[in-house]
Amino acid sequence: MRYAAPTTTREAAALIAKAKGRAFVLAGGTDLLVRMKIGTIEPELVVDIKRIPATQSITKSATGFRIGAGVPTAAMGENNALKKAWPGVVEAANLIGSDQIQNRCTIVGNLCNASPAADSVPALIAAGAKAAIVGPRGRRTVAVDKIVTGPGTTSLKKGEFIEAITLPRPPPRSGDAYLRFIPRTEMDIAVVGAGVSLTLGPNGVVKKARVTLGAVAPTVVLVPAAARAITGTRLEDVALAKLAAACEAACNPIDDMRGTIEYRTEVAGVLARRAAKIAYQRAGGN
Amino acid sequence: MSGIHVSTTINGDPVEFVCQPGETLLDVLRDRLRLTGSKDGCGTGDCGACSVTVDGRLVCSCLVLGAEAEGREVTTIEGLADGENLHPLQSKFIEHAALQCGICTPGFLVAAKALLDRNSNPTEEEIRFALAGNLCRCTGYDKIVRAVSAAATEVRKQEGRKQRRSF
Repeated sequence: MRYAAPTTTREAAALIAKAKGRAFVLAGGTDLLVRMKIGTIEPELVVDIKRIPATQSITKSATGFRIGAGVPTAAMGENNALKKAWPGVVEAANLIGSDQIQNRCTIVGNLCNASPAADSVPALIAAGAKAAIVGPRGRRTVAVDKIVTGPGTTSLKKGEFIEAITLPRPPPRSGDAYLRFIPRTEMDIAVVGAGVSLTLGPNGVVKKARVTLGAVAPTVVLVPAAARAITGTRLEDVALAKLAAACEAACNPIDDMRGTIEYRTEVAGVLARRAAKIAYQRAGGN
Repeated sequence: MSGIHVSTTINGDPVEFVCQPGETLLDVLRDRLRLTGSKDGCGTGDCGACSVTVDGRLVCSCLVLGAEAEGREVTTIEGLADGENLHPLQSKFIEHAALQCGICTPGFLVAAKALLDRNSNPTEEEIRFALAGNLCRCTGYDKIVRAVSAAATEVRKQEGRKQRRSF
């Protein structure tokens, strides 16, 4: 195995493109090093992207936030502006693992590891996040929901990697939330996760919403029917019941030791309902 | 295979070593630098026995490559005591019998130090959350939590004394 720590994205993309065997990007390493240790992968080249300045910071601009691919999720929790704008995204990212893991793991890694149960992904998709991709043919920007194609697989082409995630600036009267269910207090993999992001009109009626579910299908799912169920409402009981029903209908989960199909399906509706209420309150609704 | 030359700082001292690309920081600390206080438990970031800080951030050294340490500041359990004087966390662990077999102890101490550095008056809940990345199969955790709480009180007292002296 070779190790390289380039200082520019161009150099990193060239190294990955020219690798003779399998090349892997190293950011936090909390998945990559585990896979190397247990022998599921044998990289020919590991490219550490943390020496590239563009991967190292969270920047706020007029259009929103840019979170570099090397930024540990703990640093997201330490960024007050980001927490204020996208509390659900930050909470989701801060649910991943222990403090030791939080200080290394990244949302780009969480995304590219492509687990159906990735905690930050439903929140990112609900927030309308985009991935800034660099590759041998230059740059492209893709919505986060277009990255994961199945458990462990992504739409990234050979030589491509994600340099940063961008989040839009939330419109006034917006709020987001992410909830996950695990059988213990923390340090576990989601049985179900639900993300909601919404914007209210001046009268407190939901104008726009995005609802996502994790761990109930091969990839995180965006549920437009659930968003429609609450759009034009003040989250009255009838609207919340329709939201839950739409979420249940969108579930296509597996049966495993963490939960049965029936259990996951029901919990998806319950969590989406609770997350919607939190997002609504954060947006200033009563 | 050619080695990678790394210059770093460990517990305040400049250190240079040569390691293989796939070698973890834990391997380097234990096998090359003979700093065997950091323990090799799971090797997959689950147990926290190998906890160290890199540029002030608490991490599992089994999930960091040795080569990544270039130019960074690493602190290990060996840097906790001040010469012969134990850190309050260490004295309180002994006083409260917060260890039995001892394998997890260095990791707990490093993680607890990271907690006290950012919050010198943690609640029991905050202590339990901060130490959730460290596993202990002997104590049942209660004695560890009590020792950290007692050490926090001691650290606050010492800081108070230092502040009074500087007036």
